[in-house]
Order: sequence, then structure tokens, then C-alpha cells
Amino acid sequence: MIASRPVWIALLVAAALAAPFAVYPIFLMKALCFALFACAFNLLLGYVGLLSFGHAAYFGFAAYITGYTAKAWGWPPEVALVAGGAAAAGLGLVFGGLAIRRQGIYFAMITLALAQMLYFFCVQAPFTHGEDGIQAIPRGRLFGLIELGDSLAMYYFVLAVFGAGFLLIQRTIHSPFGQVLKAIRENESRAISLGYRVDRYKLAAFVLSAALSGLAGALMTLVFQFATLNNVHWHLSGEVVLMTLLGGVGTMLGPVVGAFLVAAIQQYLAQLGAWVTIVQGAIFVVCVLLFRRGIVGEIVARLRWLRAGKGK
Amino acid sequence: MFTLLGISSQALFGQLLIGLINGAFYAILSLGLALIFGLLNIINFTHGAQYMMGAFVAWLLLSYAGLGYWAALLIAPIVVGVTGIVVERLFLRRLYQLDHLYGLLLTFGLALILEGVFRQMFGVSGLPYQIPAELSDGYNLGFMFLPKYRAWIILISLVVCIATWLLIEKTKLGSYLRAATENPALVRAFGINVPLMITLTYGFGVALAAFAGVLAAPIYQVSPIMGSNLIIVVFAVVVIGGMGSILGSVVTGFALGLIEGLTKVFYPEASSTAIFIIMAIVLLIKPAGLFGRRA
Amino acid sequence: MRFTLKMLLGVAAAALAAANPASAQQISDGVVKIGVLNDQSGLYADLAGPGSVWAAKQAVADFKPAFKVEVIAADHQNKPDIGASIVRQWIDVDKVDLILDVPTSSVVLAVNQIVKEKNKVLIVSTGATADLTGKACTPNSIHWTYDTWALANGTGKAIVKTGGDSWFFITADYAFGHALERDTEAVIVANGGKVLGKVRTPFPGTTDFSSFLLQAQASKSKIIGLANAGGDTINSIKQAAEFGIVKGGQNLAGLLVFLTDIHALGLGTAQGLIMTEAWYWDMNDANRAFAREFAPANKGSYPTMAHAGVYSAVTHYLKAVTELKSDADGAKVVAQMKALPSEDKLFGKGSVRADGRHIHPMYLFEVKKPSESKGPWDYYKVRATIPAEEAFRPLKDGGCPLVN
Repeated sequence: MIASRPVWIALLVAAALAAPFAVYPIFLMKALCFALFACAFNLLLGYVGLLSFGHAAYFGFAAYITGYTAKAWGWPPEVALVAGGAAAAGLGLVFGGLAIRRQGIYFAMITLALAQMLYFFCVQAPFTHGEDGIQAIPRGRLFGLIELGDSLAMYYFVLAVFGAGFLLIQRTIHSPFGQVLKAIRENESRAISLGYRVDRYKLAAFVLSAALSGLAGALMTLVFQFATLNNVHWHLSGEVVLMTLLGGVGTMLGPVVGAFLVAAIQQYLAQLGAWVTIVQGAIFVVCVLLFRRGIVGEIVARLRWLRAGKGK
Repeated sequence: MFTLLGISSQALFGQLLIGLINGAFYAILSLGLALIFGLLNIINFTHGAQYMMGAFVAWLLLSYAGLGYWAALLIAPIVVGVTGIVVERLFLRRLYQLDHLYGLLLTFGLALILEGVFRQMFGVSGLPYQIPAELSDGYNLGFMFLPKYRAWIILISLVVCIATWLLIEKTKLGSYLRAATENPALVRAFGINVPLMITLTYGFGVALAAFAGVLAAPIYQVSPIMGSNLIIVVFAVVVIGGMGSILGSVVTGFALGLIEGLTKVFYPEASSTAIFIIMAIVLLIKPAGLFGRRA
Repeated sequence: MRFTLKMLLGVAAAALAAANPASAQQISDGVVKIGVLNDQSGLYADLAGPGSVWAAKQAVADFKPAFKVEVIAADHQNKPDIGASIVRQWIDVDKVDLILDVPTSSVVLAVNQIVKEKNKVLIVSTGATADLTGKACTPNSIHWTYDTWALANGTGKAIVKTGGDSWFFITADYAFGHALERDTEAVIVANGGKVLGKVRTPFPGTTDFSSFLLQAQASKSKIIGLANAGGDTINSIKQAAEFGIVKGGQNLAGLLVFLTDIHALGLGTAQGLIMTEAWYWDMNDANRAFAREFAPANKGSYPTMAHAGVYSAVTHYLKAVTELKSDADGAKVVAQMKALPSEDKLFGKGSVRADGRHIHPMYLFEVKKPSESKGPWDYYKVRATIPAEEAFRPLKDGGCPLVN
């Protein structure tokens, strides 16, 4: 018997709520931040067909803004978080406006170039404290009530933000807007000939993706209480591609699974030194060669195949 | 003698010459990338790692076989080129029918593996490699001291770039290659072994990267991470030149070397970013790159 | 076989420890756990990396503690988020008591905060930033081997005093490079020298320094100061040799150079380079013996000052824990370490200052010519010893809140 959809969802939510009692909460929070980031990235790659190779820019820029406003100006966490997301959205509007005029490889390259420029800015700007980063950022009190210094409280806050972001993406994809995005992915010229102003749709998706990536970066800043250059480095842009690809491009749960796996590799294989890089590289190769649909994509395809088999 | 913004003309000439030498590396590396992209439609992210392998093979030859720089200049590209052929046969071959992006991702993964393996075997602080005795001195040009080795780099890279260009533009083999880039099915119909040609092209592109690696070994740090920062810059060169354009990548390689040289004088902090600013501007004005035909 | 008094005492102490389980109970969860957190695969893997883990284990083996000690290690990949989550997990889940080594300033500053919050102990050997004993100092941290101030001071002062009074800086454009440049410039000016110019090189991502070297050449300074590290330093020295900088009469001063960097350069290229370090393997019999044990276990590589610092630091930590009979309260252990004089076979006698700075002599080295080198890794000759009291930043200048 295959359980019905609501049952699965209820089980997942229950597991997420109980998780910090079984698994180390900081690891879970980091994985959730990565998961939100990967979901936001997947919105662009999986549903619009645009591969951005500079998504770390939005993640890292928001991290700096949140860190700075929370530390230097003492903004409460929820406001700092929104500020970070808004800054990323603004950056996405500018960068996206430039990048969406191009397609395919050129799009990837131009996003990379723009992200490198932002990296340069962050190295130079005094408020980021260069290589040292912004350190000792306070987590503060949520809405002035809940002390986020407690890691369990912080976990549920992260979970709530992740949930909200996830639902927003889910709603977007299944909305008429999302349908147009998919139409653009499948056949851009047809979408144009149907009278859609493709560029506007793409830009809107880009800004949304940037904003949510920024939210993820901002959240990560609050969890770890620092913001550094690694968050804007192109390695992170590569890692988010890895998460999405490993989990399954164009599936809702895929990026989440991928993010948890990549975070686990970083965390639990850390004793192995250079092997972390080798393992990550090998995963890339195996994914591309053997299961391009990713873990979740592959499972979904198998299930469909099973059901189709039963139907006969 | 004149001065420009407080920099004397002598210093400026010196900097331009240095820029040109750095451009030579960009030119050879982006030439290989452009060849590969032109025929295989794959963005070879492994290029940086293959450049690194070239330098390492030169070091291995010296340490374990007693073969010096000149032998390495010939042997290392062949050895690394053969590994490239293996990679093409085993992996890349399966991706030709798919989106470009899968090629990018696969070669990115391979680059991570290669870098990791070399790190595991040799550490990261690098290995010593001396300039060959014949080239260890230099010329005093009046406005600067030009090491013989740098002069050699300009000379040999120009020779390699021109020879490759002639090979592709002026020979029969080259015309097959260009035709196969345009329409592989038709070329195959003429009885030409296109898959073999693709394999050899990849091997040749990789060999060029390894050649640049050997050239770099005496003057740059020979370490597993020597290619990973360079690769991004070389991508930018290829994109600016027009993906797949041989002439474009060579000219852009040298030109960007010059521009980078100038920024090192006037605004050194930005010298590694200048190239990306140029790339963004070029792409906005001329989406297919300076020498590309169409996006 | 002769029984010395010391051996007898040692046996007696071991017997006491075995007979009296109460003393063992003071050790939280029965074991002192040491976590070596560093770069095991990247830029700093050779100068610290797995060698630091080996050195920590060796220190434990030589100390023969009366309690159980376990050494674990992880790779922070030079990323502060990875470093911070490893440390949190080590402390929360694995009950690690001492965090050790930690190169890369962004990572070490992040870890410093966590260790203070959790009241454990942090001892830094490879990390360079002098902020650790300045504005970022905590009651839970000790900076052992060297810092940016000590390097700048040692190299800068010695060179100016021997006539190298005009400088040009090639500075890596990030916090570490700026700090080195700033501290060295202050020393140069204070000793009557002057700085003719400086150039900031993008970090990371610069492989060709020839353009910057030409600018340095044009400045006609006597000394070119390299305010950078690792691959940047190696590339600048390699290319300086190529452009005949040293032959042309200018000298290079490396502000942060490790033995492994010299090995990567080869003596032909590196000869004549002047730098400051805390330790060198060929200075006395004890150091040489340590190197002979170290090399076979570490792919033939010889120990750097970072490795020796780890050994020395662990020895002193174990001494403090033995005295206290407890590792539970990090601040107390650090206070004990500050109260006790330190002594071990590699760093000799020393002490830990109120701001967490370990005080010991530093040495000014010059890289040998190939003809002077008699064997593998025979690279340095000592030019001067900087006495302990002059080697580090005066206590009052650091701005450490603990001092007042």
C-alpha cells in the first residue's frame, strides 16, 4: 500500500520537528540553509532552464547585509533577515536584468562574471572586514520575545523560514506564472509567439531566486554568527549546482536531499582531507553519467514506472 | 621619454611587455579551450587541471627519469594528451547528445578529482623547478631587464598559436575539422571518421594546456592548485573572443594580457577583476563575443 | 640500568594515579580530548596539516599523562562555516576539551568566539593574526608560536639595523597582508628607515608578480618586503630570481615564510632570503631528534615551526591539566597555563602572558646558498636571536581587554 500524500507530508513535518533531538542541531540548520539556497537555485535551473554560475553572490551579499545591520546597527534578527533578502533581491534585479538577455552558456558565463565583480567589491569594501569577515554577530531576540541564542529555538526559527520559502517556491511553480516559466524552458520562441513577454517572466523568476538565496545566506549568518568571503566565492556557486544536480534538477524535494548530502559530506568526511574534494568530484561525474535525474528524480521516475506497470 | 599619470614611458613599456607575456599563457590555454568547444560543444572545465598536470609531468620526468625541460616540453603534452583521449573515450563521448551544461558539470567534477588526487599525492606547497640553464640569463633592454625565459615564452607561444591557426585554416585536415564543426552528419557521409577526429581534437586541446603547464613550471609555483584560479580567467578570454573562435581566443588572450598589465600599474587591486568587467561589457554589446559568429 | 630520582617520581606518580581513581574522575567524561583543527588539504596543509596531528600525538606519548588523552583531527577547508560547525559539534557531542592549531584568520576568529562561549580551551599555533592577543583576546585562548607583529618586528628591525633602510612592499590585498604591512612599516619607521612605495596584489588569484616586481625595482628601494604567504610568496620569490632582482642589488624580505616554502622553491632560487621564525629543526640535538622522528611519518617532510609549536603547546596544556587534576573548566586551565612556566624539549623555557601570548625567543634566519647546504632540508643559518622580551608586542600595546 502506498500511503496517500497528506500522510507523507505529515510524516515529513513530524520528522523535521523531532530531528534536533536525534541529530546535531547546528548541522541540521546548516543543511536547511543550504536546502533553501538549492531550492531557490533550482527554481531558476529546473523551472526556467537557466544555469546561473554565480549564485553565491546573492547568498553572500545578503549574509553581509544581515550581519552588518544586526551587529553594527543592532537591528533585531527578523528585520536584519528581511534586509538581507531585500538587498539580494535588489542585486538580483540589476544582475538579472543584465544576464537574462543571454542564454545557455553565455548566461552562465555572464552570471559568473558579475559574481566575480561582487566578490571583488566584498574583498575591498571596509564593512566586510575582508578576509577576517564580520565576526561575533548577535543572534538577538526574535520579535523581541524569543532568545535565539538557544540552539533549539534557533532551529525552529530556521525550520519555519525554510518552510515558508519552500512553500513560496511550491506555490510559484504551480501558479499560472510557473506554467509560463516552464513553457519558456521547453520552447522559448513558442512562448514569445504566444504573446508572453518572456524577459519579464525570466527577470521575475531571477529576482525571486536571488531573494530566496539571499534569505538562505542571511539565515546562515544568524546561525553561525559570522559572514565571510567564502559565502561569495565561486566555489559555493559550484556547490549549489552540485546539491541541485545530486538531488534532482526540476524536482521539489531534490535540492533538499542534495543539500543535506553535500552538507553531510563536508561535515562528516572532514577528517579525510583532500578526499572531500575527490568525493565531490566523483559525485558530479557519477551524476552526469549515470543518473542525470538525480536521486529524487530517479526515485520519482522508478515509482511512475512501477505504477504504470501495475496499471497494465 | 614621457610620463603618463606619473608613470614613466620606460616603466610603461616594461609593463606592457610583461602583460604580453602573460597574454601568451592566456592565448595558448584559450586556444585549446576554443578548439574543444568548437568541435565537441563542451566547455572543458578540466583545462586548468590539465595545465597543472603538464607542469607536474615535467617535474616527474626531471625527478624520476632525469629528463630536463626540453624533453618535458615534448613529452608532457603527449602524456597528458593521451590521458585526455582516455577521458574523451570513457566519459565525454556519452554526452554529445545532451545540453552543453552536462559537459561543463562533468569536466568540473573531473577537475575536482584531479586536483584532489594531486593534493593527496604531492601536498600543496609546490615543487621546485628551475629555469633551463640556456635561458637563465636575460637581456638589458634599457627600459627593463627582460629574462631570456620570458622572451622564449613569447616566441614559442606565437609559433604554437600561428601553427595551430595555419593547421586549421590552411590544411585539408583543418578544413575537415571546420566542416565537422558546422555539420558533423554531412562530413561523416563523406566517409570521414568524425568520432576519431573529435577524440584527436580533444587530445590536442588538452596537450596545448599541458604545454602551457610546462612553460609555466619554471616561473610559477608548481602546485596542484595552480590551474584552478587560472581557469576562470581563461573562460572569460574564450567568451570575450567568441566561443569556438580560434583567432578570437588568440587575439583576445594577448590583448587581455596587455590590459591586465596596465591595470597592474594604475589600479593593481582590480587587476584580477578587470577581465570580468570587460567580459560583462563585451557580452552586453556583442553577445557572441568579439570574433564569434552568432550566439 | 640506572634509576634516577625523576624516574622514581614518575613511577610513583603513575602508581598513585592508578591507585587513586578519584583523580581520574576529575577529568570530564574520563578522557582529555584534543581536537586538531586545520587545513588538511589546501594552501596550509603542508606547513601544518597532518603534521600537526602527528606532533600533538607525539607530545601526548612523550608526556605520559596519568589520565587518558585522545587526539582527533578535522579539515576546516579554510571555510569558517565548516570550521565553526566542526568545533561546535566537537564540543557539544564529542566532548572535546582543547582546540588546537587553526590556521586562516577568518576561521580562527570564528572558533575563538565559540570556545569562549563554551568555556573550553583554544591554543593557536599556525594562525597568524595578532588580534588573538589584542582586541579579540579571551580568557580561553592562547597564541603559541608566532604572530604577525612578531614577524614584522623581527624581520623589519633586524634588516633596518643592518642597513636595509628603504623598503618597497608587495602586499597581498587582504586583512593578513595589510596587518603584516602595517606592523612592519611601523617598525621600519621607528628604527629610522623609510617606505618608498607599496603595491597591493589581488588575493587570491595572482600568479604573475613580475609586473609588481618591476614596480619595486623602479622604486630603487634596498629591500622588497613580501607581505604575503604561501603560494604568493613562492611565486614572488621565484620570479624575483628570474628578473635578477637580487643580482641587481635589492634584497627580498619574506614576512611569513615556512620551511616547506623554501623546500618548494629550492635553494637556488631562495638563497639569501631573510625571515623570522620561532623554531628550526637543525638548531640543537633535541630538535634534530624530533625531525628525525617526524620525517618518516610525514612523507619525508621536515617539521616547521607550526608543528613544533603544537608539540610545545600540548605539553604545557597537559602539564596544567595534571596540576589542576581537571580539564572541565577551560578558563581555569588557561589561567593555570598562565601561572605555570612552560618548558619542553623543543621550545625550552617560556611563559604565557596575561593576554594569552606565549613568550619565547624568535630567530632571524637567512636561507643558505646551495653550496652551503650539507644535506636534505639543510636550508637555514641563524643570523640573530631575538630575545623573548623583545620578540612580541608589549602587553600594553595590544588593547586586550583582559589586561586592565
